Amino acid sequence: MSEHDITLKVNGRTYRGKASARMTLVDFLRDELRLTGTHTGCEHGVCGACSIIFEGQAIRSCLMFAVQADGASITTVEGLAEPGTLSVLQDCFWETHALQCGFCTPGMLIASQTLLDKNRLPTDEEIREAISGNLCRCTGYKQIVDAVKLAAQRLSGLNAPVKSDG
Amino acid sequence: MKAAEFDYARAASVEEVCRLLDSANGDGKIIAGGQTLVPLMVMRLTRPSLLIDVNHIETLKGIMIDSDAVVIRACTRQYDALNDVALAKALPLLAKGLAMVGHPQTRNRGTVGGSLANSDPAAEICLLARVLDAEITAVSSQGSRVIADKNFALGAMTTALSSEECLTEVRFPIWQIAGRIGTAFDEMSIRRSDFALVSAACQVALDQSGVCRRAVVGIGGAEPSPLRVDAMEQRLVGTKLEATDLAAAADLLRDAIDPITDNHASADYRRRVARELSLRVMTVARDEALAARN
Ligand code: FES
Ligand code: FES
Repeated sequence: MSEHDITLKVNGRTYRGKASARMTLVDFLRDELRLTGTHTGCEHGVCGACSIIFEGQAIRSCLMFAVQADGASITTVEGLAEPGTLSVLQDCFWETHALQCGFCTPGMLIASQTLLDKNRLPTDEEIREAISGNLCRCTGYKQIVDAVKLAAQRLSGLNAPVKSDG
Repeated sequence: MKAAEFDYARAASVEEVCRLLDSANGDGKIIAGGQTLVPLMVMRLTRPSLLIDVNHIETLKGIMIDSDAVVIRACTRQYDALNDVALAKALPLLAKGLAMVGHPQTRNRGTVGGSLANSDPAAEICLLARVLDAEITAVSSQGSRVIADKNFALGAMTTALSSEECLTEVRFPIWQIAGRIGTAFDEMSIRRSDFALVSAACQVALDQSGVCRRAVVGIGGAEPSPLRVDAMEQRLVGTKLEATDLAAAADLLRDAIDPITDNHASADYRRRVARELSLRVMTVARDEALAARN
């Protein structure tokens, strides 16, 4: 079994590591780089919890081997906002109760962020299509669609965040 | 779920892919998007000793369109094919079917050739290749050959490709026929974008007076590989595709189809869905052709 040296850029920072050929990218991110924001659910491309942005596009990181990502640029959920802060989209998830257990949330954020990056005011239909590859066992999806819509409007200056009392 | 151990090689050219395949003694596998292959590997349904990555071979990417055909190179992402405006214009059915492939995350990574090479019974691209009579090019160290799609799929996840061959491109011919063309693609799945329990595709050509000159109807997901029923298509040609013609054709399909049963749907359910979906795609394709201007 071949061992490989891997260099890749994650959230703007260059990482080096070693991986056996069979190690998936999600395992490499979580176990080697200790970036545990990306979740692993089904490990065979069904749930979407492992979604990351690979070279600008959302993909499932359990369906790629780490060695394949050598030389690539990746954004994980940790890269969506500065540490200790929330992005507009994350804030909107909080506001509309778009998560309960939170297991699907990293994948949902990645899928909806890549939608908002190319479509400033998506319709409900477009939002549902964008998150169709992500399973949520808690929310029933409605609040997630609401969150993405709220974020789209907020990014276009059509609403303002509610104040938390903390 | 973790894949069994294997060696990995990133190939820089198709020649190198062929050399590596030869070196693996029948046990090498090509990985493109990995959207079908990796699930099979982690479930240990396949355990290649050598995985050959073709994602960095630029000559395996791109779409070429002329008046005769749309040619898609094997490692072209489904996302790129779906967003190709010229492709949608040249072969609307292809664009309609591609829109139903997987989810955004899988289309971003999955490739057109990879879907064909794996031949999942539910794969939309396999159905499209079947109804459009695609021609598939395979290259090995011994040379290259073109395989007609009707001889390509040999069953679920099984194709005519040998273990030393690399699929390099697929050619989708454009109908050279005077008249108005209409197309439709539809499918039934449990969740949005999930595997199709049954899918259906149809393309028809009508002449000036609205008589059908050519018709293809295909069903995916129901049998181990995409299905076309000759008698059904012949029933349509020469008619005006009235509701009674479509119903008669759909009955011929229902009688000919021999669907699979799995956890999600029985053979009988799939048979009924196939009949209904075929009616829907024939109707939509007809109406589209009637509305089309020459
Ligand atoms: S863990 Fe990757 S899709 Fe479920
Ligand atoms: S919040 Fe629990 S799975 Fe989505």
